[in-house]
Amino acid sequence: MVIYFDFDSSEVHPDDRIVVEAHAQILARDPSSEVVLEGHADERGSREYNVALGERRANGVRDMLRLLGVGDGQIRTVSYGEERPATIGHEEESWSRNRRVEFAYVAR
Amino acid sequence: MRTFRNWLFIVAFLAGASAPARAALEIEITQGLESATPIAVARFGHAGSGPAPPESISAIVAANLARSGRFAPLRDLPQHPVRKEDIRWPDWRRLRVGSLVIGSIEETVRGGAREYQVAFRLFDTFTAGQLAGQRYTGIRPDQLRWAGHQISDDIYYALTGEKGAFATRIAYVTETAGQEGEVVFALNVADSDGGNPVVLRTSPDPIMSPSWSPNGSWLAYVSFEGGRSRIMMQELATGRRQEVSAFPGINGAPAFSPEGRRLALTLSRDGSPDIYVLDLASGELLRLTTSPDIDTEPAWAPDGRTLVFTSDRSGGRPHLFRVSAAGGDKPRRLTFSGRYNARAAFSPDGSRIAFVHESESAAGYRIAIMEVGSEKVDVLTNGILDESPTFAPNGRMILYAATDRDRSALAAVSIDGQFRQRLSIDEAGVRDPAWSPRLARR
Repeated sequence: MVIYFDFDSSEVHPDDRIVVEAHAQILARDPSSEVVLEGHADERGSREYNVALGERRANGVRDMLRLLGVGDGQIRTVSYGEERPATIGHEEESWSRNRRVEFAYVAR
Repeated sequence: MRTFRNWLFIVAFLAGASAPARAALEIEITQGLESATPIAVARFGHAGSGPAPPESISAIVAANLARSGRFAPLRDLPQHPVRKEDIRWPDWRRLRVGSLVIGSIEETVRGGAREYQVAFRLFDTFTAGQLAGQRYTGIRPDQLRWAGHQISDDIYYALTGEKGAFATRIAYVTETAGQEGEVVFALNVADSDGGNPVVLRTSPDPIMSPSWSPNGSWLAYVSFEGGRSRIMMQELATGRRQEVSAFPGINGAPAFSPEGRRLALTLSRDGSPDIYVLDLASGELLRLTTSPDIDTEPAWAPDGRTLVFTSDRSGGRPHLFRVSAAGGDKPRRLTFSGRYNARAAFSPDGSRIAFVHESESAAGYRIAIMEVGSEKVDVLTNGILDESPTFAPNGRMILYAATDRDRSALAAVSIDGQFRQRLSIDEAGVRDPAWSPRLARR
C-alpha cells in the first residue's frame, strides 16, 4: 500500500486517513506484526535533503499509527529519498507518484 | 551501538565476479574556449625489446590538456620528434604552436617484472628553450596512466603557474539494469579522465554520497543494505569494508574532516536530522545542531574549523548555514536569495562554496557558486536537475551530476562558467560524483 504527498509536504491527505486507519487496525489486531514505512521523495533538489524529506513523510505516518494505538515496536521507518523512484519521469505526474510512503509488512 | 571499531563486514575485494560491465566514462567537451592555447604533444618514443606499452602517454597528456579547457592540442603533427635534436623548429613556429612536448618510454625488466622509465621535455618553440622536463622511473605497467597524468600536471604547472588536477581520481555511483531488469547500484572510482574504472561495490540497494579521505585511501558512503541506512568506509587498496554508523533513522551525508580523523554526518536518531561529528578513533559523537528541522549535508571548510550545512529552519525552504566544528554555537545563515540552496561544497582554498540553487525567477535546480562572506550567487549551469557539486583539487573545475536525455550523467564546468564537458556511460545512470584529493603514485 502506498500513500502520496504534496510537494515539500509531509502531511497525510484527509482522503488517505482511512488507509492509515486500516493499517492501524491490522497492526493493532496482531501485536506481533511489524511494518516498515518507506519514505520517498521526488528527484528534485539534492539527494541527502531528499532523504530527510522522505523520512519526515514516513515519520508523519508513524506518528499517526501511534496515535491510533499501534505499538512503537511494530513500526520501523526508512527513507530512501529519491533513490528508489516508483516511476521514472521528469514532470509533475511522475514526481507526484514518487512522493510517497510505502507500507511494507515484515514477513515472518 | 556499533562504531568504527566493530569490523562487521570484511569482504574480499573482487571487482570482476558479479560486477556489471566496467564501462568507462566518455568525456565530451560541450563548450570550449576560443582562448585555449595551442600546444603539440608528440608521440613518445619507445625503446625496449617488448611490445609497445599498453598505454599511450602522449594521448593521455593531450586529452588531459584539452579537458582542462585551457589548451588546444594540435591534431595533425608535422613530425613526432623524440629527441631535442630531432625538432624542426621552423615547422612549429610556422604553425604558431608555442609549446611542444616530446618524450620517451623506456622498457626495462627488473626481477623478471617489466617496468618503464617515462621522461618528457616541454619546449618553447620560439626560443627553443626547455620550460620543464622530468623523468619517472620504476613505473609498473598499471602505473603508466598515472605517469601520463603526472606529466600532464607538470606541463600544466609549467605553462599556467597553477597546479593541475590530473593525477586524481573521481568516485561516482552508477545505476544499471541487471539481468532480470532489477536495478543494480555500484560504487566506482576512475582516473580523473574516466580511465581505469574500478567497481568497488555493487548492491541491489541504493549507494549514496561517497566522500574521500584526505589521503585518498578510503571512501565513506551511505549504503541501504539490509533495508536501512548505514555509513560504511571502504579501503580502496584492499576492498576492506567497515561499518561506521548504523543508528535508527538516517545515517547520511558522510564527510571526512580535512585532517582525516573525524567524519561529519547526518543522524536522525534524536528525532530529526542533525549534524554530528564522529571521532573515528574513539567512536565519540559530537552533536553540532539541535533544531527540530532538517539539518543535513555537512561540508567542512578546508581549515576544519567550521562546517556549512543545509537546513530548512528558516521558513521551510532549504538554505545554507555555517556552524563551528567545535559545537556549541548558533548556526549563521549564509544564503538569502533563491528558493532553494543546498548541498554545499567548499573550494580547496576555502574562498568559495558551490551548491544546488533554484532561483526565484527560473524553475530548475542548478549549480551556483558564492564567495564566502558575500551573498552574491553566480549560477554556473543551466540544467533542470543539477546536483552534487564537487571541486577539482586545484579549484578550477566543478564536477556535478545532471539529468539530461533521460539519464543521469556527470558534467563539469569551469568556475568562470566558460568551459563545459559531459561525462557519461551508455546504459548506466551516473551520479553522486566526488573528486579525490591529489594522489601519490599507487
